[in-house]
Amino acid sequence: MKLTIVDYGAGNVTSVERALQRLGVESRRTASPQCISEAGVLLLPGVGHYAALVRALDEQKMRAPLIDAINRGVPFLGICLGLQILYQSSEEAPQLRGLNLLPGKVQALPPQVKLPHMGWNQLVTKRESRLLAGIGAGAYFYFAHSYAALDSNGSVAATCSHGTEFAAVVEKQNICAVQFHPEKSGDAGAHLLQNFLRIAG
Amino acid sequence: MSLAHRIIPCLDTDGERVVKGVKFAGLRDAGDPVALATRYNDEGADELIVLDIAASRDRRPTFLETIRRVAAQLAIPLTAGGGIRSLEDGRAVVRAGADKVTVNTAAVERPELISELSQEFGAQAVVLAIDAKRAGTYWDVMVRGGRESTSLDAIAWAKRGAAFGAGEILLTSVDRDGTQIGFDTALTAAISKAVSVPVIASGGAKLPEHFVEVFTKGAADAALAASIFHDGVQPIRRLKEFLATNGVEVRLPC
Repeated sequence: MKLTIVDYGAGNVTSVERALQRLGVESRRTASPQCISEAGVLLLPGVGHYAALVRALDEQKMRAPLIDAINRGVPFLGICLGLQILYQSSEEAPQLRGLNLLPGKVQALPPQVKLPHMGWNQLVTKRESRLLAGIGAGAYFYFAHSYAALDSNGSVAATCSHGTEFAAVVEKQNICAVQFHPEKSGDAGAHLLQNFLRIAG
Repeated sequence: MSLAHRIIPCLDTDGERVVKGVKFAGLRDAGDPVALATRYNDEGADELIVLDIAASRDRRPTFLETIRRVAAQLAIPLTAGGGIRSLEDGRAVVRAGADKVTVNTAAVERPELISELSQEFGAQAVVLAIDAKRAGTYWDVMVRGGRESTSLDAIAWAKRGAAFGAGEILLTSVDRDGTQIGFDTALTAAISKAVSVPVIASGGAKLPEHFVEVFTKGAADAALAASIFHDGVQPIRRLKEFLATNGVEVRLPC
């Protein structure tokens, strides 16, 4: 199986590649609209500012092929900002548009807790999850973010809480997304990536 | 259920080898960074920090290679720093595989460095390292490896650093560093309560009780130590089990 990682220039794509290598899977990075159109499986890891991701997708003309691929049913895994971008928009950059594949907006976590939400936290499962299959209920995952989808609609498979409850695992047909970083979440993260690879066939 | 308190081993390197010293002086060799990183990853460390305490320009490529080799072994987050003076220095460290960058002396001299890094990589990737030393009624910010006083108030500097875009504070007590008599919980609590970002406490750890203290009285979000982990005085797994039985939430490895 060949995976295509959307590399928009920010963050640590290398750690995602390494996590996949440990599972015996090859991947290639791309910022090319054509490579995204031809991808069999897509990963979008994101860190940093929402605006940087939106601008990169638009300036490098990746938005349309990405939406087309997801709508065609190409298995997709979004990580961190790669989850947030699926919604309509984000308070982090309210003037910009997300991919609008999921309803709702990404909002700031409440200021009464320490931000960024940084470190290892647990999940609450909302419904049966293919991504979390076989992973113990008490497993910890590594988070590093200040904004989140305060969403608990039908596509949210698990939530996490830091000041408020937010979407931690999203599964809707071929769309998978996680707010945490599976590539930095030790054995639990590796298990989740393995589950995604199984879903992606 | 809430955010787990983090245990973070720190590898102080001369660029290539892990070294250690007491109160920032008297360095001696303490091992291979890749071997230690692999061990900590397997033992259940929550993150790893690699610092280049020599931070000399001509050895920088060696340090970047060390980051690459360490990063390749980790399934947990990696922070790197030491001698980061510019956005370009920060980029090099991130490109080598670090998830976060620490800044210290250069940020005191030019706080805009924090916002430049934060705008490019996000606040979650910028760790402001503060070396603080008790000076009468306040804690003085020390720079150049803890040797030089700035007469800046550490609490005020921590707040300012967070306002400039630091997403985390790595707080080292210069008074306690290497003494193994326990963290400076008063300093840690003062900073942790003053800022809205997570605080990593460092300096003085030896006993498991020291860690309980810094997470409770010190209100630390994470705790860092070096030699007690390198020497096997305090195995991480056993330390975490001790914390859990003392009511401190931690991520216990399987």
